Amino acid sequence: MDKAKKSMITAQVVIVGGGIIGTAVARELSRYELDVLLIEAEAEVGWGTTKANSGIVHGGFHEEPGTLKAKYCFSGNQMYPKLCEELDVCFEQNGIMMVARTPHEMETVRLYYKRGKERGVNVQLFSQEEVARQEPNLDPKIVGALFAPEGGAVMPFELAAALMENAIQNGVKYKMNTTVIDAWREGDKKYLETPEQIIRADYVVNAAGLFSDDLARMFGDDYFSIRPRKGEEYIFDLSVKDVVKSTIFPVPGKISKGILVIPTAAGNLMMGPTGDNVEEKEDLGTSQDGFNRVFEGAKRLVPSLDARKIIAQFAGVRAASDRGDFIVELSPNVPGLLHLAGIESPGLTAAPAIAADVPGLLEEAGLQLEEKQSFNPRRAGVVRFNSLSREEQDALVKKNPSFGRIICRCESITEGEIVDAIHRGARTLDGIKFRVRAGAGRCQGGFCQPLITQILSRELDIPVTAVTKAGPGSEQVRYVAKELYDEEVR
Amino acid sequence: MLKHITCTVCPMSCDVVLKVGEDGKVLSLTGNRCARGKVYATKEHTAPERTLTSIVRVNGGVHPVLPVRTNKPIPKDKLKEGMLVAAKVNANAPITMGDVIVKDFLGLGVDLVATRDL
Amino acid sequence: MKKVHVDVAVIGGGPAGLAAALAARSEGAEKVLIIERNTELGGILQQCIHHGFGLHRFKEELTGPEYAQRFVNLVKDTDIDVLLETMVLEVTPERKIYAVNSENGMLEITAKAVVLAMGCRERTRGALRIPGGRPAGVYSAGTAQRYVNIDGYLPGKRAVILGSGDIGLIMARRFTLEGAKVEAVVEVLPYAAGLTRNVVQCLEDFDIPLYLQSTVIEIHGTKRVEGVTIAQVDADWNPIPGTERKIECDTLLLSVGLVPENELSSQAGVAIDSITNGPIVDDSMMTSVSGIFACGNVLHVHDLVDNVSKESERAGRYAGRFALGTNNSVPRRVKVQAGNNIRYVVPHEVSSTEPVEFFMRVQRPEDDVVLDVGGLRRIRKASVRPSEMLDVKITPEQLQNLEGDTLIMQIIPQKEA
Repeated sequence: MDKAKKSMITAQVVIVGGGIIGTAVARELSRYELDVLLIEAEAEVGWGTTKANSGIVHGGFHEEPGTLKAKYCFSGNQMYPKLCEELDVCFEQNGIMMVARTPHEMETVRLYYKRGKERGVNVQLFSQEEVARQEPNLDPKIVGALFAPEGGAVMPFELAAALMENAIQNGVKYKMNTTVIDAWREGDKKYLETPEQIIRADYVVNAAGLFSDDLARMFGDDYFSIRPRKGEEYIFDLSVKDVVKSTIFPVPGKISKGILVIPTAAGNLMMGPTGDNVEEKEDLGTSQDGFNRVFEGAKRLVPSLDARKIIAQFAGVRAASDRGDFIVELSPNVPGLLHLAGIESPGLTAAPAIAADVPGLLEEAGLQLEEKQSFNPRRAGVVRFNSLSREEQDALVKKNPSFGRIICRCESITEGEIVDAIHRGARTLDGIKFRVRAGAGRCQGGFCQPLITQILSRELDIPVTAVTKAGPGSEQVRYVAKELYDEEVR
Repeated sequence: MLKHITCTVCPMSCDVVLKVGEDGKVLSLTGNRCARGKVYATKEHTAPERTLTSIVRVNGGVHPVLPVRTNKPIPKDKLKEGMLVAAKVNANAPITMGDVIVKDFLGLGVDLVATRDL
Repeated sequence: MKKVHVDVAVIGGGPAGLAAALAARSEGAEKVLIIERNTELGGILQQCIHHGFGLHRFKEELTGPEYAQRFVNLVKDTDIDVLLETMVLEVTPERKIYAVNSENGMLEITAKAVVLAMGCRERTRGALRIPGGRPAGVYSAGTAQRYVNIDGYLPGKRAVILGSGDIGLIMARRFTLEGAKVEAVVEVLPYAAGLTRNVVQCLEDFDIPLYLQSTVIEIHGTKRVEGVTIAQVDADWNPIPGTERKIECDTLLLSVGLVPENELSSQAGVAIDSITNGPIVDDSMMTSVSGIFACGNVLHVHDLVDNVSKESERAGRYAGRFALGTNNSVPRRVKVQAGNNIRYVVPHEVSSTEPVEFFMRVQRPEDDVVLDVGGLRRIRKASVRPSEMLDVKITPEQLQNLEGDTLIMQIIPQKEA
């Protein structure tokens, strides 16, 4: 469609990108009396880099002093307990352990210990015996470790969804399935063109992740590039438990923190990620070679891992920048354009801290901030059937019978929770899987997928053939039975 | 002309080799380990048959489709036509297992029947 | 919370559970309850709309639903209780079952005997670690079967099927008959895994190519499957470089194995056999936990539903006796061992005074062999195949002749016997 023919909508602040950064920013801005619109290319929030994130809330001792990564990682880490409590998101503060296999590596560990200490991180040094006592399943060759008890794990998509829900609760508007195809500036107004519309904004927050350099370039800012870096992760069956108490790190390599063994917030053990520079921003395939490297790296930490217990795997692409650090700055050329780009590790940890700085940065650019009296930081009412006692489960079903119908057998997820997830914004099978875990268990949806497809059709009032796994183009079942014959007979 | 037919009567799966004349008649066969194999291979060559099992659309039942079968095997080359006809069927619940859904299916003297209650 | 007391609780209302419940009732157990998660009884049979079931038991070739309906009708004629759309969440070693449904809320069911009949689930893409993205269009064959035969939807119109077991072969035919094109069936073994009859009637009838000693090495497509790359494999199942071929399709069906669904069993403390992935049982079908019995696919993956019914009737009978307190097993326990070319034997232990029926599978195909049952019986077999379960009976009198406490089941070449 011609630009001139498109309708125009306006917003005071437009956030481009609904990943962990965009949603965290949305919530922050919803504390103020502002007209905020978040636009996201995918069908649901958190579906870029965020959903493939390892989910680790880092300790804050890794990052080089003087970097934005260092600044925001530690302050972000400190914000997590309160944030997750307010949003009712699971935060497993089970600690981070970086292990050394040789005296030489132990020297490196000591450097990180010192770095952490100087930053104010709660870090301890462990001897070989102390490591073996705390983590009996680690390779006995490990000679010592650094332990940061305040690190931990979250489910990144759960957090992004919760941030978004709370932002919407507090007045933020949103448009999903919306891609920016062009952008420009006229005076102090910024224009974003989508396939259907033109959006006119006073302020634009560039949280477009892998595509943040493309967006910047559309506005004429050509001074940074995203260098996509892929990572693969492998998830174990829930029955593989009590293997490690904390996330186990090796001593870091040159570009990445290494292959980790992660007790996730979901309860599954996970191993990964690799870190490979890739050409395609959307190269999301797992590979045999990737698996080999992950497994080899993980077994150096936990020799007893059994690959036959793997139930799933996925890949994601980090939006690393060519600067090697976060880019958190107003555009030097376009007034009111804020770049939040190059957010690779420790981006998840840093997100609340980066978001907390955004109002101030926009204020520098002229935005008037007036606190919203009605702002409610709490997301409430999330039901987790599994975590209730039998008596509580009974009472819940008596109040609302849809909680008495178990849909996902492997994770014991009820219809009530699935319907609730849809009311909270899930529109797809993956959206439901990421929010409430239905379909994430050992049978990987083999039993529940047909049932969830029917529930989505009913709740969204769309034909079953329109229900998608992950947005338009990924319809779960393409045809009604006999439909192909109708075409032929016709 | 020689034709190979794998016998499916028992797990031995004998490779039966038929010698077929120009008119298509079976002149002789070898490779079968029992008489059942001879019967099967001959029939499979001269007049192969299959039971058609499928689903048809149904209204008013707990499911939108009803499983059906031909109550006797039909010629193998009629399967495609059978599916086209089945695609146009609209049955109505309540249905009892064994109910005739299409009488004299394809004019072959067999019925298409329901294989469950619905 | 509603508390219920029953004599025999059967978890699962498929062919195993139905047969077990009927047998328990016949034995005299008065309060028999079937707990089923689906909206109707019949289990997986309801979606197996093809024929071939019941040849041994009924001397007819029934479709899955027909076979199920016979048992469902029998159950209807009794006072066996049935809870539908009810999911069991927990079984304790003391035989307390926690189950939930919309109507009652949480139920605490205390049973004198429990029969585990939960069937199995399918191996997944994730378990195979097939490289590629995660587009829509990848289904396990059973899930696709449900979409087509129960829900009335066709997942795609151009399919590749990985795995030539019976489920894969059956779905090749189903897809074709419903108007889709099946481009290939791909099998890692050097022979088709399913029955020859299915290879003929599902593949050859429709000119669907079968690629043996091959596998899918990559799935293409971001939102929806756009194709797969297949390659030949060597003896260790590793892809052979240079043999890659891309096949365009919008659907990949996986028929790559069944896994008995023993989550609940493990939580109840039931000991599991790592070869069958099912409970270790004695010949009364009782597991290592007193009063908990197992039968059907949850015990070991069957080929013939007729055998499931037989095995489950036995379990139900003994569960009934256990509940009534009339169980009498003799003190001598004979351990059953899988010997040469036997992958597994069920039951794992024998101790009753009734004839025992053993079910087993061989490790590799072999021709002209003798099945040696602990030296007590020898049965000649023209051929044995892993995909075809064997069964053999032993009487208590024959068992008396066994020396020692171990019965070794083994395959011996005929010329050595």
